[in-house]
Amino acid sequence: MRRGRVAYGGAIHDCVDRDVDVLLEDGRLLPETEVVWLPPIAVGTVFAVGLNYADHAKELASARPQEPLLFLKGAGALAGHRAETRRPQGVEFMHYECELAVVIGRTCRNVGRAEAATVIQGYSVANDYAIRDYLENYYRPNLRVKNRDACTLLGPWLVDAADVADPQNLTLRTWVNGVMTQQGSTRDMIFGVHELIEYLTSFMTLGPGDVILTGTPQGVVNVSPGDEVVTEVESLGRLVNFIVDDATYGIGPVAQG
Amino acid sequence: MAAPQIASAPWGARGPAWLTGTVYGALLNHRADVEALGARMHGPPYLAPPKAPILYIKPRNTWRVNGDVIPIPQPPALPAHGAGVQVGATLAVIIGQPCVRIRAENAPRHVAAVTVINDLSLPHKEVFRPAIKERCRDAFCAVGPWVAAVAGIDPFKEHALRTFINGELRATWNTRDLVRSLAQLMADVSEFMTLHAGDVLMVGTPRDAPLAGLGDRVAVEIEGIGRIENTLVKESGAERGAAGVSR
Repeated sequence: MRRGRVAYGGAIHDCVDRDVDVLLEDGRLLPETEVVWLPPIAVGTVFAVGLNYADHAKELASARPQEPLLFLKGAGALAGHRAETRRPQGVEFMHYECELAVVIGRTCRNVGRAEAATVIQGYSVANDYAIRDYLENYYRPNLRVKNRDACTLLGPWLVDAADVADPQNLTLRTWVNGVMTQQGSTRDMIFGVHELIEYLTSFMTLGPGDVILTGTPQGVVNVSPGDEVVTEVESLGRLVNFIVDDATYGIGPVAQG
Repeated sequence: MAAPQIASAPWGARGPAWLTGTVYGALLNHRADVEALGARMHGPPYLAPPKAPILYIKPRNTWRVNGDVIPIPQPPALPAHGAGVQVGATLAVIIGQPCVRIRAENAPRHVAAVTVINDLSLPHKEVFRPAIKERCRDAFCAVGPWVAAVAGIDPFKEHALRTFINGELRATWNTRDLVRSLAQLMADVSEFMTLHAGDVLMVGTPRDAPLAGLGDRVAVEIEGIGRIENTLVKESGAERGAAGVSR
């Protein structure tokens, strides 16, 4: 089952996938472009993993990490399918990151990797933008790079774990304006999904709605206002996003209030 | 923009009922911490002093209230931290009106309330990578027993913060020693992200915060705002049943 959340007709609805349409819980069938997409779940804690693909780590000239490089996001960073993401005026390098998102289904602590599959509710697609101009070497990647409004897209669907045979054998692809710019496979993760759950639950409790963004392979390129960016994870869906400038986003150049 | 929807804590109301947003803290926001790093900020891996605020997040598994026990890891699980945990007294504001690129002088309009937080962490000397294992352990964020309405207390004036271990005063610091005042911190954070209604912003703690160990009663206090006291207990890791999974 693929489940989503959308706004339509002045209300928020749960929905399921019907090919190019969405079926609301009340029976209405709508084209996907007729609804406003929200992240498919109300998120709890959102984790992201940096440098988790051997190739991407090499691309960014960093050493292979000894333990997962983790950072957190606030819920305000998230937006859904077909969202607009702002590229601030004057930045030099802003790039997408196509990622497999893992959604935790129950409260758990000290979960070994052999049983980690039992705590996963499902999977989704994430596009976790970074603006590298703002990187600083304190708690890197710092939140100014990675916790910006609507710069972490999640969706369109939450796909039940039972429908994903092997989360470590999924192709990830990104297209910018229809041109494929990134391709990799979750088999190349340094720390796999089950290992990440084992690591996190060795020192903290995870709960339903917690999300782990598992990192991105090589092939990140700069994006510009007007670009359509599509991130896809095999068998999970295609997550569409639009890059806009400050004026289109609707934000002025000076402090407001 | 409406506040983002957040799943309610699944393991019961461990934190205060009003706490539904994201809890942010500021790193290196005490002058002594910046001075302690000193010339090292210009060498690897830091290369330059910080420019924008450096934030961290205390996720919902860390939230506790006054009187709760706080489990701490024991050797040999984490032998490097056998010396104890750091007890970090900090002042925090609860956002009322969303902050989007606000000016510092307008910061008071955006605050709903103020509280005291014990922001615990395992000691970590280097701050190059996010300190998730050190800062985000279960129960490592004990949030004040009540929130003081802003009408009765001004979070923007100077406040003295005190840390007690087993009733003995072990550390004092004052918000006058912040690198960024609360108002400036709110303005500078809101330049790059929205602080939503219900989010919490902690001004930071000195990194030489006192250490406490197993069995210690730890308390942090801000006069006029509140005092929160908790006891450090052994982390068993087995309390969630067979195979560690709550069923």
